[in-house]
Amino acid sequence: MEKHVVVIGGGVAGMEAAGHLQKSGFRVSLFEKEEKPGGHLNDWYKLFPDRRRSSEVKEYLDKITSEDGIKIITGSIIDKIVSDKNQFRISDKDGKEYSADAVIIATGFDLFKSERKEEYGYGIYDNVITSADLEKMFRSGSIELADGRIPETVGIVHCVGSRDEKVGNLYCSKLCCVTAVKQAIEIREHLPSSKVFCFYMDMRMGGAYYEELYREAQEEWGVNFIRGKVSEVSEAINNKLVIKSEDTLAGKPLKMQVDMLVLMAGMEMSEGGLKLSESSGLNKGNNRFFSPADHHFGSNKSNIKGIFYAGTCTMPMNITETISHARAAVSDVIDYLKDSKA
Amino acid sequence: MQFDPFIIPFNIGLYFIVIYAVVRSVSWFGDLSRPDKLRLQRGFFGKAFGQSIKEIFLESLIHRKILKSNPRLGYMHMSLAFGWFLLILFGTIEADVFGAHHLNAPYKAIFFKFFNPEHGRMGFEAAFSFLMDLILAFILSGLVLAIIKRFSSRVVGIKKTTKLRVLDKIALTSLWLIFPSRLLAESFTSGAYGTGSFLTGSLGSILASFLPAQEMAYPFWWLYSLSLGTFFILLPLTRYMHIPTELFLIFARNSGIKTGDQPGAFREIQIYSCSSCGICIDACQLNFSAGITNIQSAYLMKGIRNNENVSDIAFNCLMCGRCDQKCPVGIELTPLRMLSRRAGETVENEQSIWQKYFPGRQVMLPVKPVSDPSYSWLKQEEPAKTDVIYFAGCMTHLTPAIKNSMITILEASGVRYNFLDEKGGVCCGRPLMLAGQDREARELINHNSQLIWKSGAHTIVTSCPICYKVFKESYYLDVEVLHHSQFIKNLIEEGSLKLNFLHRKVTYHTPCDLGRGSGVYNEPKDVLRHVARLLKSDFEDENSLCCGGSLGNMKISSRQKSMIAHDVATELTKGNPDILATSCPLCKKTLSAATTTRVADISEIVADAIVRTAIKKKLNEPVRKVKVAVDFHN
Repeated sequence: MEKHVVVIGGGVAGMEAAGHLQKSGFRVSLFEKEEKPGGHLNDWYKLFPDRRRSSEVKEYLDKITSEDGIKIITGSIIDKIVSDKNQFRISDKDGKEYSADAVIIATGFDLFKSERKEEYGYGIYDNVITSADLEKMFRSGSIELADGRIPETVGIVHCVGSRDEKVGNLYCSKLCCVTAVKQAIEIREHLPSSKVFCFYMDMRMGGAYYEELYREAQEEWGVNFIRGKVSEVSEAINNKLVIKSEDTLAGKPLKMQVDMLVLMAGMEMSEGGLKLSESSGLNKGNNRFFSPADHHFGSNKSNIKGIFYAGTCTMPMNITETISHARAAVSDVIDYLKDSKA
Repeated sequence: MQFDPFIIPFNIGLYFIVIYAVVRSVSWFGDLSRPDKLRLQRGFFGKAFGQSIKEIFLESLIHRKILKSNPRLGYMHMSLAFGWFLLILFGTIEADVFGAHHLNAPYKAIFFKFFNPEHGRMGFEAAFSFLMDLILAFILSGLVLAIIKRFSSRVVGIKKTTKLRVLDKIALTSLWLIFPSRLLAESFTSGAYGTGSFLTGSLGSILASFLPAQEMAYPFWWLYSLSLGTFFILLPLTRYMHIPTELFLIFARNSGIKTGDQPGAFREIQIYSCSSCGICIDACQLNFSAGITNIQSAYLMKGIRNNENVSDIAFNCLMCGRCDQKCPVGIELTPLRMLSRRAGETVENEQSIWQKYFPGRQVMLPVKPVSDPSYSWLKQEEPAKTDVIYFAGCMTHLTPAIKNSMITILEASGVRYNFLDEKGGVCCGRPLMLAGQDREARELINHNSQLIWKSGAHTIVTSCPICYKVFKESYYLDVEVLHHSQFIKNLIEEGSLKLNFLHRKVTYHTPCDLGRGSGVYNEPKDVLRHVARLLKSDFEDENSLCCGGSLGNMKISSRQKSMIAHDVATELTKGNPDILATSCPLCKKTLSAATTTRVADISEIVADAIVRTAIKKKLNEPVRKVKVAVDFHN
C-alpha cells in the first residue's frame, strides 16, 4: 500500500516537499493554517537578487502541488504529533486526527514583531512601516504616506530584531540586508525623485549576486548607506520622522528627518513551530528554531525518527536554499520509509 | 580577697575591649565632619539619646526586625544577644546581693559560682539560681540553632550565609565555647557542692555520679575564661566588631547623621556595624533570579573591612535598594555602594595585625578634577517662558507611546507647558552618577539647571523615575519636581482631567527609583484606582521587585537581566491582569520583553481613559497625531 506522508506548513518548503514526495510515489497531505497555501510568498512583490516576480515562483509551486495524490488541507492548525509504532498520529486544533508514516515539518518563520522595538515607533507613528508592509505597497502599486502624500525621503533600518541581544535574538537573519537593498532600488524605481538612506551595522551580502545588487544600488540608484544603528525615532511637528543615529564611519552623531521609515524585520521561529515543539517534544536551539539532529549531515532530521524538517523552521534561509532543503527532506523520507518497510 | 589565676585571660580580654571601644569611638568622633559632630552633641542632650536607648534595646538585644521577618533567625539572634545581656545583668545583681562585697569587679559576677560554690541552696538564693539557669538555657537554645545554621542554613529559614575567614572562625569557635564551658564549669562545681538549679544542678549531680566533679570543674573554669578572653581580643578583627559599633551607629543615626556623598567616619561605622547576617543576600534578586551569590551588601561590607578591591562587587548591583529596606541594622547600603563606585578601582594591600586593629581612616581619594570639561561642547539654549516644564528623559524617548500619552494628557488638561527635551535633550546625569562619574554628571546637571531656570517654570514634570530622583536630590532648583504620576493625580484632583473608568484589571509594578528611591508609592496607585481595577500583588511598595533592566548594573549580561525580568513578570501576572502597569519607561521596556501580558505606563492608561470630547484643540497649531499603541475601548 502507498505510504502516507504528512507535510505541516504550506509555504515554499512545504509545497516543494509535497510536490517531490508525490513524484516519489507517496500519498501526501499538506496542512496549511491560512486559507490558501504559499506562505510569505503571497506577500512579497519581487524576489532578490534578480527581482523576478514572486508570483512566478508561486505558480511553479502551485503547479507541482496540484497533482493527484496531494491533498491540501487549508485553515488547519496542527497541534500535536504523537509517534506510535512507526506511525504518527497528527491532531489539529479542532481535535481532528490524521495518521501518517512520516512527517515533514515546514512551519517556517514569523517576522519579528517590530512593536517590540518601541523606540522605532512601529504602531505608534503612522509612517513607520515594516519591510512586509512595503512589499504590500509595491504590490498595490502605490507608495504613499498615511495622509496620502508621496514620500520624498525614506529611511531603511537594518537588523530590526536580529543581532539584538536586548530582544533575545543573537543571530543574523541574513536576508534583511539584501531585502533592504532590493527595496531601496524599488523605492527609487517607483519614486525617481526620492532619496533613500539605509542604516546598517554590517552589509552581509553573502549570496549569489547580492554584492552586485548592493553595488548597483549605490552606483545606479544613488541609495545612501550609513553605517550606524538607529537609536530612536520621534515625530516632528511637520509630521516628519526624526531619526537619531550615529554615522560610525564619520564618527559623528547624526540626526535627520525622513517621511517614511521602513524596518527590516528579522526572522523568528514561528509561533506554530514553537507550540509544536512544546507539545511534541521536538528539540529547539538557543535561537528557538528547531534544532536538527546534526548540523552538517542531518539538517533535515529531527530528534524523533520519522519526523523531518524542511526550510526556515530550522534557520533563516532564502527561497533557493529553502527549496533545496525541502528536496533534501524528501530524500531523507524516502530513505526512512524504505528502511522501515522491513 | 577572692582571686584565682584562671580569671586572668578574661580580665585581660575585658579591659582590652573596653579600652579599645573607647579609643575607636573617640577616633570616629574625631573623624566626623563638624556639622556631624554638632549633630551628635545635640543628640546627646536631646531626644536622640532616649530614642537610641530604646532602639538598642529593641534591635540590638531583642532583634525585633529580624523576629518580624524571620522568627526562627530572630530567636537565634535574640537568645544570644538578649540572653547574654540578661546573664550579665542578673549575674552582676547576684554578685552584688549575695557576694561578699558590693560593687564587685566584673569577674566576680561572671565567675560567681566559682567563688561562691555553696550559693543557691535554698529560698531566695535557689530562686535566683533557677533564674540564672533559665537564662543560660535560653542562650544555649539559641547557640544550638546557630551551630545548626552553620551546617544547614535551611533550619533558620535563610538560604545563604556569608563565608568566613580564619580569624572569624577562631572567634566563632571561642564564642561557641563560652556558654557550653560555663555550663560545664558551673555544673561540675554544683555537682561537687550539691548546689545549682534545674540545669546546672541536675547536670552536675549526674556528672558527679561518675566523675570527680571537684577536679573536673577547674579546667572548665579556665576554658570559660579563656574563651571569653580570646573572643574579646579577636573581636575587633572579626564581624563581631558589629556588637560595639552598632551602639555608636544607632546613636549617630538618631542624631541625624547620614551617609552623604563623601566617605568619612559614618561610612566606617556603618561598615563595621554589619554583622554579616545574610538577610541582604536573601533579599537580592541577583541571588534568587540570576544565581549571583557573591556581590551582596554583606560581601561588600566585608570586602571593605578587609581592605580588598571591591570595585567588581560595587558595580555588580541593580541599585534597587531592596537590601536597604531589609537590613536589620539599618545600614544605608546603597549610598555606601555609591561611595565605593566613586572610588573606582582600589589597591589591595595586605595589612599587618596592628593595622587591622587600628585601620587608618579608610580614605578614598576624591575624583581627580580634569582641567578640560568634557561637555563643554553642549550649547546653551534659550527655552520658551512657561509654567510647567515637561522633561520626558532619554528612556521616555525610547518608549514613544509614553511620550505621546503625556502630550495627550498635557493638552487635555489645558496646562501651559513647554516640552523641554522634545527635540532631544541632555541626559539628567543619574546614569553617570551610578557609574561613579560625579564630576561629569555635575556638568550635565548644571546645563539642565540653567535651562530650567531660564524657562521660569514653577513645576517640572518628568516621566522617568531615574530623572525624577536626580532632579529631586541633586539639582538645586527652586521648582517643584513631580513625577508624571504625581502630576496626573493633581490634575485629577483639581478636576482638570476628566477620565472614564476602563473596565480593566491592572497590576502595578513600583519602579525602584520612584518607590524605594524616592518614596513615591501611593500616587501611581491612586491614579490607577481612578481609571481601572487595581489588583494587589505579593510585591508591593517597599517590597517591590526590580525589573532587572536597571542602569545601575554594569556587570551582568543581558541574559541575566532577562532572567530577572522573567521572574518579575511571572510574579506580577499571577492574577492574570489585563495590563501590567508601571510608571517607568525602563521598567516598561524591560518587562514587556518578558511577558505576553500588555505592559503599559500609567500615562498610557490614563490617556486612553480621557473623555475624548474634553481634548482642547488649539486651532492655530497643526494637529499633532497622537496614537496610543492599543485602543482599550472595545
